[in-house]
Amino acid sequence: MNNDAEQMTTEGTPKETPGVAQEVPKIELVVEFSGGLEMLFSDQRRHSLSMPATDQDGKPVTIASLIDHLCRHTMRDQRTELFVLDGHLRPGILVLINDADWELEGEEAYEVQSGDNILFVSTLHGG
Amino acid sequence: MAPAFCAICKTQRALIRRPKNHQKLCKSCFIQIFEDEVHHTITSSQLFSPGERIAIGASGGKDSTVLASVLKTLNEKHKYGVDLVLLSIDEGIKGYRDDSLETVKRNALQYEMPLKIVGYDELYGWTMDQVVETIGKKGNCTYCGVFRRQALDRGAKMLGIKHVVTGHNADDVAETILMNLLRGDLARLSRSTSIVTGSNASEVKRSKPLKYAYEKEIVLYAHHKKLDYFTTECIYSPEAFRGSARSLIKNLERVRPSAILDVVRSGEDMARLVPGQTPDACGCRIKEATVPKAVEEDSVGGCGSANGRAGGGEMAVMEKELRQNEAAEAEGLETEIPVGKMHQSKRESKQLDTPAKPGNVSLPIIPKQKLGTCERCGYMSSQKLCQACMLLEGLNKNRPEISI
Repeated sequence: MNNDAEQMTTEGTPKETPGVAQEVPKIELVVEFSGGLEMLFSDQRRHSLSMPATDQDGKPVTIASLIDHLCRHTMRDQRTELFVLDGHLRPGILVLINDADWELEGEEAYEVQSGDNILFVSTLHGG
Repeated sequence: MAPAFCAICKTQRALIRRPKNHQKLCKSCFIQIFEDEVHHTITSSQLFSPGERIAIGASGGKDSTVLASVLKTLNEKHKYGVDLVLLSIDEGIKGYRDDSLETVKRNALQYEMPLKIVGYDELYGWTMDQVVETIGKKGNCTYCGVFRRQALDRGAKMLGIKHVVTGHNADDVAETILMNLLRGDLARLSRSTSIVTGSNASEVKRSKPLKYAYEKEIVLYAHHKKLDYFTTECIYSPEAFRGSARSLIKNLERVRPSAILDVVRSGEDMARLVPGQTPDACGCRIKEATVPKAVEEDSVGGCGSANGRAGGGEMAVMEKELRQNEAAEAEGLETEIPVGKMHQSKRESKQLDTPAKPGNVSLPIIPKQKLGTCERCGYMSSQKLCQACMLLEGLNKNRPEISI
């Protein structure tokens, strides 16, 4: 799992060379965590990642599948329930897609585009 | 999805969807309306008077940072003529408060406000680290909450200031209302809805200018204004994240965002039904509303983290425990409350030598509080010793060796 995650963050563009039929195209995004969520992700606010543009079923990546991907590959903390509850993002965590409230963008169904900036902010922590 | 345009200016792209009415706003219209609404709260409740010196209880967290930023903006824009000071409490928790105090120091420079930091060690002779060393982690939030409430007042006194504002937001208030509702404690519920607290006897009044502001909007305001705030979880309250009333509120918000303000309004309406309590609501809802005051002594939970927000009920239990001289033995706090309270009031009637209680008090309404001062420290208290001194008494008994 660790190696996987390493690849996800360090892997650049080389594999995207056209002509390799098997290769799934990748999308590049910046995912940020704040409001205390950093602690679940190696105490690091900003993560640049590259992930397959489609999921196992060949559907475009959505915020829902991004969240799943983050839990599997990026999170370094066992306490996934602090991020995901009952299969959905934990209530009290805000999502900003390119600075816009995800409620304006279709929430979990939003199809992630290459170059997007996705920010997860927890409102659950004290000061 | 096609980008939506701002409902107010109709030209900029909407970035915010307001929880209270689903209005879609662009960044600058959102910042404007957020500030306007806080201004409305301040003016309709007549929170400030010109020339008043006001201490902002500043933790470096999102709520107090947004409060400081908004108050500075509004004070300049609307010429409140108030003098703003940052007041921070150092609980003495290594690795937690150190960083947030650094944030407050930066805020002081950013907002050009004087900063006063008061430490538990200088006020009480105990840091929270030492308290936890003595009593363990369980129940330490009670100590911290009691100490902090007084510390803000004492800090304000040192500065010669009579008004402390705190960053409590609508989510916090709704949470406290629900907790008190679930406990059947209408008296405390009533007090927790007041925007201004602090009895006539107390020298320092408290108010919550962000009482009607959604936590979500506070976070978005901080984000869009790029405010410098610090987030951390208190190292002594690992369960804080699971505060059940908090989760309930957040789950309700997910399904029906207006629920938070609805709970606040219901709380205010219920408060008016509680005998002997002063009504409170946004000044424009009840025209005749004067600035209401309530005894703060034991209302909203003192801790900035979710756990401390559990509110004053834990305190009743703690007091009982203290009297039995077993402060460290914390049971399941929440479930113990009714028992604790009954014991407490029985004991009080003996201890305080009050005139015979009229009949049996079956309602969980706290008997009318006699306000006096603590005979040890002079802080306002309805009993011989204030809560802090009572806690300290227990602590000092347990202090290993150092005494004498």
